[in-house]
Amino acid sequence: MINIEIDGKHIEIESGCSVIDAADRLGIYIPRFCYHKKLSIAANCRMCLVQIEKAPKPLPACATPVAEGMKIFTASEQAVKAQKGVMEFLLINHPLDCPICDQGGECELQDLAVGYGGSTSRYNEEKRVVLHKDIGPLVAAEEMSRCINCTRCVRFGIEIGGAMELGQAFRGEHAEIMAFMSDTVDSELSGNMIDLCPVGALTSKPFRYSARTWELSRRKSISPHDSLGSNLAVQVKNNHVMRVLPIENEAVNECWLSDKDRFSYEGLNSAERLTKPMVKQNGKWLEVEWQVALEYVANGLRQIARETGAEYIGALATPHSTLEELYLLQKLVRGLGSNNVDFRLRQSDFSADSKQAGAPWLGMAVADINNVDRFLLVGSFLRKDHPLLASRVRQATKKGAQVNLIHAADDDLLMPLTNKKIVPPTEMTTVLAQVLKALAIVKQATLDTSVQQVVQSVMPSASAQAMADSLASGERVAILLGNFAQQHPQASQLQLLAQHIAALCGAKFGFFGEAANSVGGYLAQAVPFAGAEHGMNASAMLAAPRKAYILLNVEAELDTQNPQQAISAMNAADMVVALSAYKHHAAEYADVLLPIAPFTETSGTFVSSEGRTQSFKGTVQPLGEARPAWKVLRVLGNMLNISGFDYNNSEAVRDEVLGGADMSAKLGNVLHGMSAQTAIWNVAGLQRVSDVPIYTTDAIVRRAASLQKTRDAATPRALMHSVELKKLNLQSGEMVKLTQGHGSARLSIIADDSLPHGIVRVAAGHAATAELGAMFGDIMVNRA
Amino acid sequence: MLSEQVRAKTDRELKKYPPDRKQSAVMSALRFVQDEKGWINTEDMADVAAYLDMPQMSVYEVATFYNMYNLKPMGRHTLTVCTNLSCQLVGATETLDYIKNKLGIGVGEVTADGKFGLLEGECQNVCDEAPLFMINNKKTCGHLTKEKIDQILAELDKE
Repeated sequence: MINIEIDGKHIEIESGCSVIDAADRLGIYIPRFCYHKKLSIAANCRMCLVQIEKAPKPLPACATPVAEGMKIFTASEQAVKAQKGVMEFLLINHPLDCPICDQGGECELQDLAVGYGGSTSRYNEEKRVVLHKDIGPLVAAEEMSRCINCTRCVRFGIEIGGAMELGQAFRGEHAEIMAFMSDTVDSELSGNMIDLCPVGALTSKPFRYSARTWELSRRKSISPHDSLGSNLAVQVKNNHVMRVLPIENEAVNECWLSDKDRFSYEGLNSAERLTKPMVKQNGKWLEVEWQVALEYVANGLRQIARETGAEYIGALATPHSTLEELYLLQKLVRGLGSNNVDFRLRQSDFSADSKQAGAPWLGMAVADINNVDRFLLVGSFLRKDHPLLASRVRQATKKGAQVNLIHAADDDLLMPLTNKKIVPPTEMTTVLAQVLKALAIVKQATLDTSVQQVVQSVMPSASAQAMADSLASGERVAILLGNFAQQHPQASQLQLLAQHIAALCGAKFGFFGEAANSVGGYLAQAVPFAGAEHGMNASAMLAAPRKAYILLNVEAELDTQNPQQAISAMNAADMVVALSAYKHHAAEYADVLLPIAPFTETSGTFVSSEGRTQSFKGTVQPLGEARPAWKVLRVLGNMLNISGFDYNNSEAVRDEVLGGADMSAKLGNVLHGMSAQTAIWNVAGLQRVSDVPIYTTDAIVRRAASLQKTRDAATPRALMHSVELKKLNLQSGEMVKLTQGHGSARLSIIADDSLPHGIVRVAAGHAATAELGAMFGDIMVNRA
Repeated sequence: MLSEQVRAKTDRELKKYPPDRKQSAVMSALRFVQDEKGWINTEDMADVAAYLDMPQMSVYEVATFYNMYNLKPMGRHTLTVCTNLSCQLVGATETLDYIKNKLGIGVGEVTADGKFGLLEGECQNVCDEAPLFMINNKKTCGHLTKEKIDQILAELDKE
């Protein structure tokens, strides 16, 4: 620790810290443009020049490390003169078009120019012009003359995003920010560049020219998409969500947002919003009053429960639903006498049900990911499924962490991988067993009887051995299972093996979690095994069709493991009640559509993958006659005379779910009473491997217009190893017919030699593949 | 795809740097490309990026930063006339004008037959030979007079 003095204030601070950082801690503001606490130091704007005692000239505060006894003056005559000089230079080429600039009112240059700029310009020559660029549908680079070349966007791409998509080309006066060969910026974190840009050069394309910052009210909310639970500032004008910005929370999203969290709000104002309750009569949809629709639902459910038995009622919800909604849904269904309720719609292996110590969760705090030094990632499209968690893993690798990956596809994670094993899904358990065996030998440990048999039958490959060595050499190890591993047909086997690997190397062990409330769903007991009697899980409910289904936020053909099965179950049902914010395909199979409010229009709670409970309030009034789903379910409960449905507000529901109990007691990844099986999964032909593309994961994102124009949202293509293509005598780029069961899809097929042999990668969750069957399993490929 | 010669020369450069710092060779690699083709197009930059395991944009930044990399074809013989102070004092402007007139092109242009390109350049560190130009960034010709320029151009024309 060393002692310094800034503007007469004394502070004790660790050496190596920069002057600007020390000043920030003292609450002394030094003007800056290029400096950002999360990015590397560039010191190219020179705005933060300060006077330092004994220094012959002003020094940049961001790039000057503190030294013992240093005396710094941030507002002395010399410092202010230097800062004003810099400002004059910055404004020479700046167009000063604030009245027509989208950044006006929230512009760092504008703010600082008030303090440091002159009232007139001494520059009479021509200003330089930098041509506009098209860098994609999210970030507008239409007025690059405004750029002051701070390079924050460039450094963000390299350091946080993991790819250098923007750079500063040319030199001196001609320097300009651009992408290589006019390419687009495809990072799933690109929106942060808009926040970082201190001027109006990079602005939000969807938001441009729709409102001024001072017209917007700013309301807190929580992201309903991935399992991170990013903190959002929802900005509202005239009861309309205009845009979404991050709220800084160092433990969750830091100061970033993924593009999905930032731009999905466009889906809230989609023309497809369902705004009136609707009932189908004689094949025609009629708009009805809420009372009529709810009575219809209550009578229908009561009748089915009475005539065929309550076990013929099933309820399905997406994990993007709130804790309160999920809790009331299961309470309603259980009140009717059925235990068929589930939110794990894309899961296919449920053998871990009720053998698990608690709700599966991340197994560690999100913030601790940055400090892990050895990772074993199993089955995860990490970058697309969890953009900001991926960024944290990336930061860990910069500090020397080793990442080991076992997966069925080799997508670029934009970080160095120490070891990777890309195998067909059928072989993933074997690879894990090999790693376990190798690790047991390295650690000279005897294995538990539950896994001994499996381990005996394998010989560790060189890469499994390398992974074991990597894990054994770490101090802070994390074994993390991704969405793919959870959707895998042998998910519980993967979990069990990973659990034993974690035990051997003292690692944290957990799941990334598919959606905002993947942990909350368990806590809300929206699983069939939560009660005394066990009901049917999501897969069983669709395989053995029920008479009635209650769907909460579910689009049956997009949100389920096996869309084909889901749709035929829906078609076969006597009654389907769809609680949805949108008019969608349910119109074909449902009998009642109840308009419910998306996350911005209801209060609720999400429990993130680290077990963080985050409640939020509605930010705008529900659209049309849409109502918060928890209220709809409450009224339904009352109509059906189910006791315990008299809540005054959503907080009362939440408190009933969570009680006062300690969260950590409710979470647990350890499996009890399961033994590892030697994989018996014989396959004949090609196997399907599915990812859920980043912008098709849930109903809101699917309707976010700008996100749907990105490259990530392009129509999916089937991918296959070129050797497999040759076997089928197909050319890369050709249209093929993919068949599973009685359904098929036509996609173009592309050679991808990073895939293992014997598999076809086909995205799930997309309308183009909604006719297909399960996300895993046999698939046929023919020339179309 | 970089040519075999460019790759061989780049490999020799790479030996000077640690294996995880391949991008240190970017300036040499770009120079080899230019020596071979007379200029560097964006595909070449992408190839250099792939070969040196670095972002394409980084290569582009380097190639556009240094003015001795030609980003468009500059003719078989590119004449770079120094117009810095020492040369200016002994008639660099007249020298440049003379060449412009003789070749019928302006600065940054190439003659119709693709033989000659003309550029303005910075100090070559041999001010005692001013005024001067460089041919293809390799050969410096100093003490320029109209007669000497005529002679040099005539010789180059024959090649």
